[in-house]
Amino acid sequence: MADTSILGLFSNVDTAVVGADKLKEAGFEDFEVLTGSPYPEGAFGEKPIKHKLFVFPIIGAVCGFTVGMLLTAGTQLAYPMVTGGKPILSLPPMAIITYEGTMLGAVLFTIVGIIFESRLPRPRLGLYDRRITEGFIGLMVTSSEQRIGRAEQALKDAKATEIKSSARAGA
Amino acid sequence: MQERVPLTEREVNRDLLRPVLTTPLWWWAAVGVLGLAASAGLGSALYLAINGFGVTGYNRPVMWAFLLVNFVFWVGISHAGIMLSAILRLTQAEWRRPATRAAEVLTIFSLMTAAQMPLWHVGRVWRIYWVFPYDFGRGIWPNVRSPLVWDPSAIFTYLTSTILFVYIAMLPDIAVIRDRATGWRQGFYGVLAMGWRGTPRQWHLQAVAGILLSAIILPIFVSVHSIVSWDFGVAIAVEGWHATVFAPYFVIGAVWSGVAGVITLMALMRWLFKAEKYIRAEHFDGLGKLLSVVGIGWWFFTLMEIVFSLYSKEAAEVSFRTLQMFTWPYNMLFILFFLTGFVFPVTLFLSRTVRHNIAAMFWISIFVNIGMWLERFMIIVPGLMRKQGLTFTWGSYSPGATETILVGSTFAMVALGLLIFSKFFPLIPLSDAKEGEVLRHEIQVGKVKVPAIIREA
Repeated sequence: MADTSILGLFSNVDTAVVGADKLKEAGFEDFEVLTGSPYPEGAFGEKPIKHKLFVFPIIGAVCGFTVGMLLTAGTQLAYPMVTGGKPILSLPPMAIITYEGTMLGAVLFTIVGIIFESRLPRPRLGLYDRRITEGFIGLMVTSSEQRIGRAEQALKDAKATEIKSSARAGA
Repeated sequence: MQERVPLTEREVNRDLLRPVLTTPLWWWAAVGVLGLAASAGLGSALYLAINGFGVTGYNRPVMWAFLLVNFVFWVGISHAGIMLSAILRLTQAEWRRPATRAAEVLTIFSLMTAAQMPLWHVGRVWRIYWVFPYDFGRGIWPNVRSPLVWDPSAIFTYLTSTILFVYIAMLPDIAVIRDRATGWRQGFYGVLAMGWRGTPRQWHLQAVAGILLSAIILPIFVSVHSIVSWDFGVAIAVEGWHATVFAPYFVIGAVWSGVAGVITLMALMRWLFKAEKYIRAEHFDGLGKLLSVVGIGWWFFTLMEIVFSLYSKEAAEVSFRTLQMFTWPYNMLFILFFLTGFVFPVTLFLSRTVRHNIAAMFWISIFVNIGMWLERFMIIVPGLMRKQGLTFTWGSYSPGATETILVGSTFAMVALGLLIFSKFFPLIPLSDAKEGEVLRHEIQVGKVKVPAIIREA
């Protein structure tokens, strides 16, 4: 049977925290909080967030460094021009371009990492309310149809301004 | 002085999205005027490309003049923009909030404008792709030993990084516009927002990304202006250019002019977009304090450059400095540079009354950049005039109409870019302003209430 989602909208942070507590009491630990402002981590009693973003720039930097070295060494070797009897591979300019390549790789991979770790792109918004970016706080629960009634009751008990359902919205 | 007032999310949306969602008459007028000025510049550039450098005032040995002066100037402006944003993010300076986006966007448009200058300067603009390792057919590759290949690699890295940084930092704001837009704009912002919903995970990643990308971009910022300085520093034939101090000297000069550029922009945003509640005197005060230190530091490097070059008493160096500082019209320009680039701004930035006077800060920031434009001119043109050792090969430079129009139009290009950007995206970050409100509290100390900001470690 397909899961159903409900979204409870709260007009301020204090009532939203009560809603989050009520959901936990009702046995729903995996609910999503949707806000229009960044709140301090753990403000709604959510679990600490784990991610591996710091790995991405390191991988990117290694890739960028490799490309930079290959590009600068390769182009000099492909058109070997001896200047003043010096070696073909001139290290100072190689270091400059390789440095830029390394940093570019780090940035590009970091961007990919941020998008990936933020679970984006998300082609469909799903159950959502535009009032969230106006200051309302949304608590969203996804569960089976048998259990979702308990979550809805918990949100009602916490005095949610409105409760939207994916079943009612046809989402 | 404008005091900070508490704001709701709805008020922040209404105030900061007004320039995006409504279009006042002045906006169209400004776009029209700036568009005309930018078109004049483009026309000059095309005229230059078709007819060659004979139409300019360029003459041997002064083959780098207005266009490359302007290149260094705009690269400098672009650098401090992102530097300011990155340092303020890394140090979690509370007064950064209204300044970061403007600084980052100024970086993008000034860097794009700067990148144009060498494009027109090379003459055969249609062969610009030769600086990229692309020409597989002929087997001739760019000479990586040339500083003119280092520049494109550095600028490409910096521009790409800044655009991506701005985009990622703007995701929450794009989602706010998506939720308010209708018709095709809703689809447009919907695609750009990538399905942002504002989960704690997304907000957490935003915070980490801001710090991480700032930490990566800061070394890029330092490297790019260092590389631009090496265009000059590695040229052993030109007196006044071949100096080891050039990289830090250029970097601190870029910070000096760029942060002044951010002050100019913030004052304009405050007046044009009626952002008094967000851009307050305390922000100009913070920037003024920062600049008074930077200005003194930059002047120290300027003095070092002059003193150490003259210390050896080499005839060529003395001749160059005599031209630069004591010969008409360069002596007049040098005095103007000294007054507008150092004496007036640094003296005035030390005054708290001046730092809290936004109109005064606006005009001083313009002075700084007049001085910094002249500084680049004083390095490049007199240096090249004395490039050759034999006096009969010395030359001079008088700017022609073509490059003067082109250089003048670059100011319109940057302003036009910023104005068009402001029509699509907010120049003051909504999410930062909202975060400031979320974390804002007042505590009672004795008989007064003082603002207290809570912050995550």
